[in-house]
Amino acid sequence: MRDLRITPIKNGTVIDHIANGLALEVLRIIGVRDLDKDSTVSIALHVRSGKIGWKDIVKVENMELSPRKVNAIALVTPSATISIIRDHQVREKRPVDLPERVAGVVRCPNPNCISNQGEPIESEFRVVRRKPVVLRCVYCERQVTDFLRHLA
Amino acid sequence: MALRGRDIVSLRDLSSEEILELLEGAKKMIPIAEGRKASASLEGRLVAAAFFEPSTRTRLSFETAVQRLGGRCITIADAGLTSMRKGESLSDTIRMLSSYSDAIVLRHPSEGAARLAADASDKPVINAGDGANQHPTQALLDLLTMHEALGTLAGLKVVLLGDLRYGRTVHSLAIALAMFGAEMVLTNPKSLGFPEELRGDLDAMGAKISEEPDLRRAVRDADVLYVTRIQKERFGDEGEYRQVAGSYRVDASTLEGAKPRLIVLHPLPRAGEIDPEIDRTPHAAYFRQAFLAVPMRMALLDSILRARGG
Repeated sequence: MRDLRITPIKNGTVIDHIANGLALEVLRIIGVRDLDKDSTVSIALHVRSGKIGWKDIVKVENMELSPRKVNAIALVTPSATISIIRDHQVREKRPVDLPERVAGVVRCPNPNCISNQGEPIESEFRVVRRKPVVLRCVYCERQVTDFLRHLA
Repeated sequence: MALRGRDIVSLRDLSSEEILELLEGAKKMIPIAEGRKASASLEGRLVAAAFFEPSTRTRLSFETAVQRLGGRCITIADAGLTSMRKGESLSDTIRMLSSYSDAIVLRHPSEGAARLAADASDKPVINAGDGANQHPTQALLDLLTMHEALGTLAGLKVVLLGDLRYGRTVHSLAIALAMFGAEMVLTNPKSLGFPEELRGDLDAMGAKISEEPDLRRAVRDADVLYVTRIQKERFGDEGEYRQVAGSYRVDASTLEGAKPRLIVLHPLPRAGEIDPEIDRTPHAAYFRQAFLAVPMRMALLDSILRARGG
């Protein structure tokens, strides 16, 4: 059975297979306030999924995600998939992919890290483990596991 | 050696072969460091020493090392007198220093400052201490002192005593000891253990680490007792510091059951952790350690700055 609980969009992005309960974090990363006035954002919470049990879905009209936002979503919910819709057609569908380094997505939790001292640099982390994700600051070498609290 | 032009930000930037080569190079520098032989291997070279945090031994030993090899130094010894007070970023200061000099030696109170400097600079950057993170050249001279006194690094049993949480020298040293297969015994106040990340790294390296809160028992069959000062300046609050201040002290009775060849090291300054009565015993190696800072840093600077083919 195919559910149509969320209205189809003409152009935009569908972020599917978001881990249950994390849709609002994904919205925060997308930055809903920056969206085009005419864009509709649809959210489905607690949807049954064959793949991951229960999932959330976010659909945003007239927007495609920057690589930085995709990296942030990959950190928060590595199970997510991203579909780009153009003219009602799915033009591209891919899982989010966490690169080896993430820059500008997470702040270092160490207040004494040089990346928190107003220097003209972006925070930058190496991905030292993928399941579960562990990041390590390239500057102060501190590890981060609780990304939600430190999203830039 | 392949160190020419390289940054030394963390001890992880060096392989064990490179470390051993540096130790041998440092031993050859001893007569020059003592003024018995002359060298001009850094003639025409200018090293910038940028110290944004207090230092006696590290800064002076770097400056001595440069001058003993015929090079010259420009120094920032009081950050309060620089444009950083006007809000200049470290990145800009480093770019400027990199255009003036052939290498930069940096000490800074923020963790990661040396990594940032290495990115911003075209010239090699040597980390002389970044906050509570790393102090790789101190670890090298600690190794040199052990190697000179005991003839080996492999298989040594080293007791690390004191502030293992904020003491950057022990962070770098522990990595080095793990690289050489030395055994570490940790004796620290409960709240001052290794940072989780470092402990994870050491475990991943297969380091032999045990904990022994009883200092006398810990030193009984040890080869090295490495004492650190509690890093008062890195504590968030005074109360936390007062709880651990003065919680350990090494005196003659501590070393009663120790091996005759046990050496006591301390990166200095000491603040009451070692009773001065130890100074007169053959165990005291911390003043030799302070001297060896000069030939060790000479060997490092020479390897990084030596002219191609020189």
